[in-house]
This record gives sequence, structure tokens and C-alpha cells, in this order.
Amino acid sequence: MTTQPHRRAVLFVTCIVDQIYPNIGFAAAELLERQGVEVVVPRGLTCCGQMAFNAGFRDDAYAVAGRTIEILRNQGDVVLPSGSCGAMIRHLYHELFHGTRHEAAAKELAKRTYELSEYLVDVLGVTDVGARYNGVIALHDSCHGMRYMGLGRQARTLLEHVAGAHLVSLPGSDECCGFGGLFAIKQHQISEAMLHRKLTRIAECGCDLVVTGDASCMTQIAGGLSRSKSRVRACHLAEVLANRVGVRG
Amino acid sequence: MATHTVAFVERVDGALHDPSLQTALERATTRFIGNRAKAVADVDNFEALRNQARAIRAGALARLDELLARLADNVERYGGHVCWAEDGAAARQYILDLARQRGVRTIVKSKSMASEEIHLNEALEHAGLEVIETDLGEYIIQLAGETPSHIIAPAIHKTREQVRDLFVKHLGMEPTDDIPTMTRTARTALRQRFLQADMGISGVNFGVANEGAIVIVENEGNARLTTTAPRIHVAIMGVERICESLDDLGVLLQVLARSATGQRLSVYTSIISGPRRPHEPDGPEEFHLVLLDNRRSEIIGGKYAEALMCIRCGACLNACPVYQSIGGHAYGGVYSGPIGAILTPLLQPDLPDAHKLPHASSLCGACEWACPVKIAIPDLLLRLRADAVNSGRYEAYEPMAMFGWRQVMTNPTFYRWGGKLASLGTHLLARNGQVRWLPPPLDGWTKQRDFPPFAPKTFTELWEERKKQE
Ligand code: SF4
Repeated sequence: MTTQPHRRAVLFVTCIVDQIYPNIGFAAAELLERQGVEVVVPRGLTCCGQMAFNAGFRDDAYAVAGRTIEILRNQGDVVLPSGSCGAMIRHLYHELFHGTRHEAAAKELAKRTYELSEYLVDVLGVTDVGARYNGVIALHDSCHGMRYMGLGRQARTLLEHVAGAHLVSLPGSDECCGFGGLFAIKQHQISEAMLHRKLTRIAECGCDLVVTGDASCMTQIAGGLSRSKSRVRACHLAEVLANRVGVRG
Repeated sequence: MATHTVAFVERVDGALHDPSLQTALERATTRFIGNRAKAVADVDNFEALRNQARAIRAGALARLDELLARLADNVERYGGHVCWAEDGAAARQYILDLARQRGVRTIVKSKSMASEEIHLNEALEHAGLEVIETDLGEYIIQLAGETPSHIIAPAIHKTREQVRDLFVKHLGMEPTDDIPTMTRTARTALRQRFLQADMGISGVNFGVANEGAIVIVENEGNARLTTTAPRIHVAIMGVERICESLDDLGVLLQVLARSATGQRLSVYTSIISGPRRPHEPDGPEEFHLVLLDNRRSEIIGGKYAEALMCIRCGACLNACPVYQSIGGHAYGGVYSGPIGAILTPLLQPDLPDAHKLPHASSLCGACEWACPVKIAIPDLLLRLRADAVNSGRYEAYEPMAMFGWRQVMTNPTFYRWGGKLASLGTHLLARNGQVRWLPPPLDGWTKQRDFPPFAPKTFTELWEERKKQE
């Protein structure tokens, strides 16, 4: 390995990964550590506040996100295995904190916040993380990451270098899977209709593994695959890159 | 169809279980999206054109009063009349009075969403006037007794087979699925009406202030007939649909046609200033421009002003996975799709369920990306959601749920124990590692999806354990 300057990054795994998918957190940590990055997980970090913000409960979102801003103050680079939570910080904190005492800190945080694949490819300049997967992979582009963080290219570059894997293109990979936070519950019928379109495309593209950069989209797609007894699996980008597909806990 | 008497969820349910609607939506939106993509790729730098169009729209809204006054002055200079209508009632009254004074009996109409917005047809018909829609799509839904379900393709929800049946029933057509035969049948029926009509009512795509002109784009030629054959032409224009000059118009027309139908330019672009001049061979004797405000000037100073940049191209509807799933009628308002979910609560706030429309979105952003003037639709939807909450409109369980969520997310002890509880609960409910049933209000999730159990130990706990071992 080349001698890189010492790098340190906060890994903000997000609430869903912390509580439901610790494996994704470890996968992300490993990917960073293997590039010589010192990974820091600050105490008490929980959630970006998006759930309440999207529901229109801005006071509650403000309380949670304001606390997150405080915890992340002076912590250097912040890396999230999520384009959606990343977009919340980079794109929507501006709206949430506009004209409040956190405004300046929110702006400053947005500048040093990165999504994982973006950090690996654009900041660290990595394209091959030494992963192996024997099978056919398709990538679903998660909406917020793609549209509000410019993601997609980075994940494709990383996946193209996975040894043994064949990367196929998923038709309509840029169409929403139908998750959308509480939308998936409040408007579950529409959410289901969107999911079924996604599942049809997944079945048609011939992959055995659907990869997404967001645990939320992954939950939606995996939930549909599981219910329809599909042989296709869904995983997070970090998991396939860290050779941790199917690892529990 | 009185769609607003049925609750939003029921309309959604009906739409999702209507196989003809699903077929029609799939066919039409796929075609629209494909055509738009080709037309956009055909321009060297469509992004630059979008930025230009956005700047033009923003500039026009910033000087709205000035440009409207200039438009009105110029229209009058050319011998036209201008009605400043504060709301739908004022606009309807003006048109009704005019029709009465001039002894009008038959009215032909070309496509106008503004006229839908003020429910003009009902008012005219109620006054005993005969109103005939002449845009093919509008004509179809008029025969069916329905309302438009798309800004530019009002009958998008109808399959060819359904249109055939309507024409057989109302126009005595021999049963056939041949589209040229169907359009010929409609054209023959309509041609008669153009000749009989005393008044033509049109919409307006853009008003051009410097020219005192209104611009109408279309592909069928019916708007051109509507605005020239009858002796009176009434044009209804939402006040925000203004631009300053023909140069600005040029940019807007380019992005409009490409975004709407994937054309470089619509087949007919009519630029109309005033009634027939003495030396001209045809055209109406009278021209009336109704400038419709209907809450727009309230919106313009506020946080939703950006929504008034809309040029009604319909691209956001086609691109929207929610619109693709439920079509336009389920929204219940005059405008549907993503922009409708913004405009309906703003323009028709009294409609029951209007405040629910901003929630009919996964916030995926496909609309904003398709929009030729880059309206940040998801951001506006989020603001509307916040406004609804602030005015006390939310699901009964939400305040408690949000309160609980906030305690959990801001207090490490609650976070830890909340997670343990969720893990215990979901593990009890799980079969073969998947939760197949969740209690209300979460049961929406598990109707067609499984859910994974929460982890026994969080990532943070496991990470700290690992750090201790090192
Ligand atoms: S919001 Fe944008 S995309 Fe939607 S109809 Fe208006 S101009 Fe077109």
C-alpha cells in the first residue's frame, strides 16, 4: 500500500443500519480501514432526522438533527453508507436550519459529509477494493443519492472491479423502488405498485444479487423479494465490496 | 365523475385495481418518456436551455405586475378587451355576461386547464349554452362525462378500445380500432360545430407582454379554428403565464414542446394579438383576454412562488412513479401528478383531502429532474407537509409516534432500550428470520413485504465491544 497521509473519518452508520443491519456498518468500517482511514464512531450518534422531516414534523426533526450537528462538530470528514441520509445533511439541512442558530454549523457539516462510495472513489481515489463475488450483480440507483448527491458512477466503478462478478444493467435502475420513508406505510398501496415494477425488472435482468447504496431501499426490495420467494438476494453496496454478503449481525 | 366525494385512499385503490387504466397509463407514459428523452438528447445542451428557461420564468414572476400591465395595454391597443378576474367566479361571470349580451348559443372550446380550474363548462351549460370541446382528448372525455386526467393528454386514462366504444355509442361510428377512422369520425362531428359556433374559448400557453399577444401551441389545429372561426374569441390565461418578449418565448417554446411531447416544436404555434383588423380576411370580430388570478398573487410572495414557474408541460406527471401507478383522477383536483400535489392544496384548499396530496410522493425527485424549469417539487411538497402539520392536519397516531421517536433519537438510554424492545418484539414476530405481520399502524408494510428483525445488539454496541477487545 502506498503511504497516504493519515486520514480519519467519522462513520455515521445511520439509525437503520445501527439498529437492524450492523453488518453493513462493519462492512463500511472495513472498507475504510483497508484504505488506511482511521474510523471513528462517536458516542451517541443516532439519526439524521429525515423521518420526521419528511413527515412534516419539523420541530421533532430539528431536535434530532440539531443534536446530530452538535455531535459531529469539529469531527472532520463524515462518511455515511447512505445516499438518502447524506442528501438530508447536504441538501435538506439547509432548509431545516435556515435562519436558526445551527445554520452555520449545518452548512459547514454539509461540506465535509460524504456518502461511502463517493468517499472511496472521489476522495480516496480507489476503484478496486479487492472484493470477490461469484454471480450476477445488478445495481439499483437510490433516488436521493443519485439526484441530490450525484451518485451512481462511483458504485458502478467499484462493482466493475469485483472479481468473479458479472455486472448487468438493471432496466429502469433510476426508477424509485417505492420506499420513501413513511410513504411506504401511509401510501402502502402505491408503494407496493412501485415495488412490483422494480421486482419485475429485477427478475428480468437475470441477476442473483441486487445491490443498493441505501439500507432503506434495500429493506423495501429485500422485503418484496422475500415475500415473493424470489431466489434473488438484495444487499448493501458495502456488503458486497467487503465480502460480507449474507453475513448476519 | 364527482371524484372528490370519495376519499383519497379509495380513489387510489380504485385506480390501482382498474386494469384498463393501468394499461392506458403504462402505454402512454412510456411513450411520453421515450419521446422526451430523444428530444432532449437532440439538443446540444438541454441543461443550459433549462437554466435559461428557469431564469426567464423567475424574471417574469419577479416583474409580474409590470408585465401584465404592459400585456393588457398592448392587447387593448390592438382592439382587444381585458378582464382582470380575481377569482373563478369573476371570470365565469364575465364570460357568461358576454355570451348573454352577444346572443351566443353555441361555444367551441380548445384545451384550457384554466377553464377546468374555474369549472367554466358547468357554468356555461347551466346557463343553457351548448359547449363543445374540440381537442380530441377533451372531446373524448366530454363524451364520457369525465374530467382531464393529465395536463396535456386529458384522455390519457382511456384505452383505444374504450374510445372506440364511446364513438360507437355517441357518434354512431362502425366498430373499429383503426385510429385514423376514429379521428376522422371525431373531425367530421366537430367540423360542423366550428361553423355553428358564436364563441370560441381557448387557453393560453404564454402571454407576450411586449407584443400584446397570446400564444397557443397544439398539434391538431382545433385551437386555430376555435380562435378564428367564431365571431368572438375569449382566451383565459392564468396571470403567471407571462413572458416579456418573443426572444423569451422562443426559449420557452423549445423546452415546452420537448418536455411535453418530445417534439422540437408543436405542429401549430399561434401568436394572436387582438381581433381581426379591417384589412384582414378572417379572424374573430372581438377578442377578450381573461386574466385569471385565483389565489396566484397570494402565492407569488410566499414560499411556494416557485410553483408558478410551471409551464404545464406534463413532464413531471409522466416521470412520476406515483402518477404512473394511479393516474390523474385519483388526485381529485384539477391538476394532477407532482405539480398537482402542490397546486391543488394551494389553489383548491377547500377540497377534502387536498392536504394529503403532498404525501402521495416517495420524494424520489424524478419530477424535478424532468421539469424544464427545474422546479424543486420535492422541496415544495415537504414544505406543504410541514404546513399541514402546523395547521393540525396529520394522522391521529403521528404526534405520539414523532414524540416517541424524538425521545429515542435524542436520549442514548431510550435509544438503547428502545432498540432492545424493538429487537425483542420483532424476533417474537419473526418466522424463519422474517417478520410477516406488524401491528397497526405499521401493518401497511407487511401486507406485501417482509421485514427483518432488529439486531440483538446495535452496530455501535458491537463496535464498542470490538474496540475494548483490541
Ligand atoms: S412542474 Fe415542471 S415538469 Fe411539471 S408540468 Fe410544470 S413545467 Fe412541466
